[in-house]
Amino acid sequence: MRTGLVGTPIDIAAIAVEVASPANGAVSLFVGTVRDTNDGRPVDGIEYNAYAPMAEREMAEIAREAAERFGTAHVVIEHRTGYLALGEASVAIAVAHPRRANAMDATRWIIEALKERVPIWKLEHYTDGTRQWVEHGVQGAGRQGVVRGDGAQEASDARVDAEVTGA
Amino acid sequence: MHVDVLLFASYADAAGATSVRVSVANDARVSDVVQAVRTAVPAVRLPARPLVAVNHRYAGADVRVAPADEVALIPPVAGG
Repeated sequence: MRTGLVGTPIDIAAIAVEVASPANGAVSLFVGTVRDTNDGRPVDGIEYNAYAPMAEREMAEIAREAAERFGTAHVVIEHRTGYLALGEASVAIAVAHPRRANAMDATRWIIEALKERVPIWKLEHYTDGTRQWVEHGVQGAGRQGVVRGDGAQEASDARVDAEVTGA
Repeated sequence: MHVDVLLFASYADAAGATSVRVSVANDARVSDVVQAVRTAVPAVRLPARPLVAVNHRYAGADVRVAPADEVALIPPVAGG
């Protein structure tokens, strides 16, 4: 199990390799990337800002909970901070398990928990030069001049599931 | 006692600072600290029940705060 914030590009392939083992017939990999539009506005890039010590603690706690809930300790979560250009990976989650259902369910559960609990914020930079903090509207949205919040502004997602015989 | 409250993202931008020092009673709870921040920096328009962390853990309104605690106001998170 390994979790953490990183200031340099996430090596997606390395994370998948890290969790893989012959005992686990499935590796599920979730990658969140910076999307080029949000709510109809062209995006130039996103600046990720974290309350680092708490974010690290929450990510570790989420990995522990996922390990217990889905029955595998083969969990890696990395979240990028700093300015990311379009298409760059902001978050990567890899889980290995003997069976595919648990591996896939675990990655999904982890990304949802991360978005709900980990103190990370994104400042979207738009092509017109303006910037805006993204807030998901759980609280406070509309009271602070934030655009909106219903998940539509999430980074685009790519998921790759590798499965070998017997998974 | 004095408590330094950490601010992030939209809260920090609104306050023009990454922390604010507030004065609260020695037996203050999280809700008292939040109220003190509202008064000290009204530009930070906090929601009715803002998220607060004490020593890197989310803390309810009734949790007591000690001078050495690290207290942070957590804007709605947007990771991923």
